[in-house]
Amino acid sequence: MPFGNTHNQMKMNYSAEQEYPDLSKHNNHMAKVLTPAIYDRLRSKQTPSGFTLDDVIQTGVDNPGHPFIMTVGCVAGDEETYEVFKELLDPVIEDRHGGYKPSDKHKTDLNPDNLKGGDDLDPNYVLSSRVRTGRSIRGFCLPPHCSRGERRMVEKLSNEALDSLTGDLKGKYYALKNMTDAEQQQLIDDHFLFDKPVSPLLLASGMARDWPDARGIWHNDNKTFLVWVNEEDHLRVISMQKGGNMKEVFNRFCTGLTKIESLFKEKGHEFMWNEHLGYVLTCPSNLGTGLRAGVHMKLPNMSKHAKFEEVLKRLRLQKRGTGGVDTAAVGGVFDISNADRLGFSEVELVQMVVDGVKLLTEMEKRLEKGQSIDDLIPAQK
Amino acid sequence: MVFALVLVLSCLHWLIFLFLCSAEYPDLRKHNNCMASHLTPAIYAKLCDKATPNGFTLDQAIQTGVDNPGHPFIKTVGMVAGDEESYEVFGDLLDPVITERHNGYDPRTMKHPTDLDASKIHSGQFDERYVLSSRVRTGRSIRGLSLPPACTRAERREVERVVIDALSGLKGDLTGRYYSLTQMTEKEQQQLIDDHFLFDKPVSPLLTCSGMARDWPDARGIWHNNEKTFLIWVNEEDHTRVISMEKGGNMKRVFERFCRGLKEVERLIQERGWEFMWNERLGYILTCPSNLGTGLRAGVHVKLPLLSKDPRFSKILDNLRLQKRGTGGVDTAAVGGTFDISNLDRLGHSEVQLVQTVIDGVNYLVECEKKLEKGQDIKVPPPIKQFK
Repeated sequence: MPFGNTHNQMKMNYSAEQEYPDLSKHNNHMAKVLTPAIYDRLRSKQTPSGFTLDDVIQTGVDNPGHPFIMTVGCVAGDEETYEVFKELLDPVIEDRHGGYKPSDKHKTDLNPDNLKGGDDLDPNYVLSSRVRTGRSIRGFCLPPHCSRGERRMVEKLSNEALDSLTGDLKGKYYALKNMTDAEQQQLIDDHFLFDKPVSPLLLASGMARDWPDARGIWHNDNKTFLVWVNEEDHLRVISMQKGGNMKEVFNRFCTGLTKIESLFKEKGHEFMWNEHLGYVLTCPSNLGTGLRAGVHMKLPNMSKHAKFEEVLKRLRLQKRGTGGVDTAAVGGVFDISNADRLGFSEVELVQMVVDGVKLLTEMEKRLEKGQSIDDLIPAQK
Repeated sequence: MVFALVLVLSCLHWLIFLFLCSAEYPDLRKHNNCMASHLTPAIYAKLCDKATPNGFTLDQAIQTGVDNPGHPFIKTVGMVAGDEESYEVFGDLLDPVITERHNGYDPRTMKHPTDLDASKIHSGQFDERYVLSSRVRTGRSIRGLSLPPACTRAERREVERVVIDALSGLKGDLTGRYYSLTQMTEKEQQQLIDDHFLFDKPVSPLLTCSGMARDWPDARGIWHNNEKTFLIWVNEEDHTRVISMEKGGNMKRVFERFCRGLKEVERLIQERGWEFMWNERLGYILTCPSNLGTGLRAGVHVKLPLLSKDPRFSKILDNLRLQKRGTGGVDTAAVGGTFDISNLDRLGHSEVQLVQTVIDGVNYLVECEKKLEKGQDIKVPPPIKQFK
């Protein structure tokens, strides 16, 4: 049952100028692209499920952004959003994903054999390795727009698929609304539990409605493969382990994802994917691979070096604190991951992380010994 | 035969509908709010595909109550109106919610009295050794424009335009000016904070989940008269919130200004072809069902250090149809024995009746405080008759 949509009917009684949002104090990708003319052309449209332009941009209107951090400022409510509102979303995607054009094709490669090396990241520096992505089930609206019935169906279908996993992927689902106190504590201790979002960026998009209905966490018995259900996307899939064996992490990631996809297909469902945008997710920033491969590594010296940011930029990597996005580094330990999502395959991105982490480790070792790293500074990838 | 077939088919249709809707029915098992108490699966099935002429749906109306299960002790309302028609289209749910929230007022059979004749008030001057300030507030909605949970940006801007245009026509002691939230200078902002006039983007999830904070701070603002005794909030939780206040205990004058100001604003918007949302069964229509009827909260800040420690305090307030809050307003604690005391009721009694109830009640409380000061005993008054 499509979710109700109020606003389009009333809006058309007013001119585009009267409805156009005040973006004069805004700094996000949506605000940069959305001219009054584009607003005028798109405002009468809606996707087949009723998602409108104002629904797309609400989070960007409500959250003007930050002078230094450029947020995306728009979300998709379903797969068709990216078609119906392409006039807005194509330039946003181009801006966010390093010049990715509407005519470009995205390559998907989930064959872990194509990754060179990655099983030998120095454990003296690399504390843990992790790869995450998201997947959306075709035919269902995305978290900003889905009805309770749709969200519950996503949960049900995901559970059926995950229940069928075997071997080292065999695991169990913990629904947020049914878990016991003991289960909850264990999930917190394992750093697996996700909570209702507090970020206004997420809340303003509508993805936290009806919390915690149909939300949950699945993980395998080994605690190395984890799936979040109905958080910011239909599914977030995470492979992780302590130490520096990124190859093993990526192997499990690809095997698990491929297996889950085939289980969905057996039941007549598939993931949202197309040749141009790759895997389709709620936030335009996660299109393509939706992949973030990263490590927690010790870089107490490198992080104080004047060229740290420049090196990361050239390696196409980004740093975060160990709490994840928007957190600070603690004790010189950083979360280092790929900056790109779209326009590179999964293998290519993980390769960049593996190669980049190796180089950073070399640099850290040199700096420890008081040696220069000038000859190691890489060219822009 | 045909009749039987039609009957079977419509039952089947209803059953299929019930089945489809049951997949959508919210999980309210851990909920304690008025909406959750009355939203049965059958009512949900009946209303789930309906929408007001503006397109506001049941799911939108109840979203705040689904997202905020409530508290075992405090029963919130758990739903909002998106427009005037919500109260009709979703009447099967809203009517019982209203009856529960408003102590037995039945909107299907009863009429709400409106009375803004301040001359009927008596004994409206409090002992200022006890009563520090007096205040009356209400809300008004502009007919024909959607309410804050549902309004578009253009509608909200239209509300702002209509209201400030009308307010610019106020004269005498009501002459004042408007401060738009998007345009105020830092100096103006600081002054409004110092005057305790400034309102900020709501943080309460009860409010934000209803959608009323969208596009903040677009088309929001504060108007007040030069004397700072008459204040209007534009596009916060309602189209307008109207406040009359002053230091000291002259509640009669506060209410007189309140009525005069409201009537003058109403006249000014009518001159321009607009009117307030009002009807005989629900009185003034506002976003939250708890504010229907008069939408009126008349209150004082009053020092009751001894009475507030007496175990009979709550019962006395109850019987007088009063409620206490801290001096920061709803959900705050009292400081130094000073309380915010106001009327409990909103619907089914007129403005004059409610303000008189507050006046009589506060006078009684002050008498109790004086008696306790002298070491005399106090009595719990008999309960004021309700219509239940």
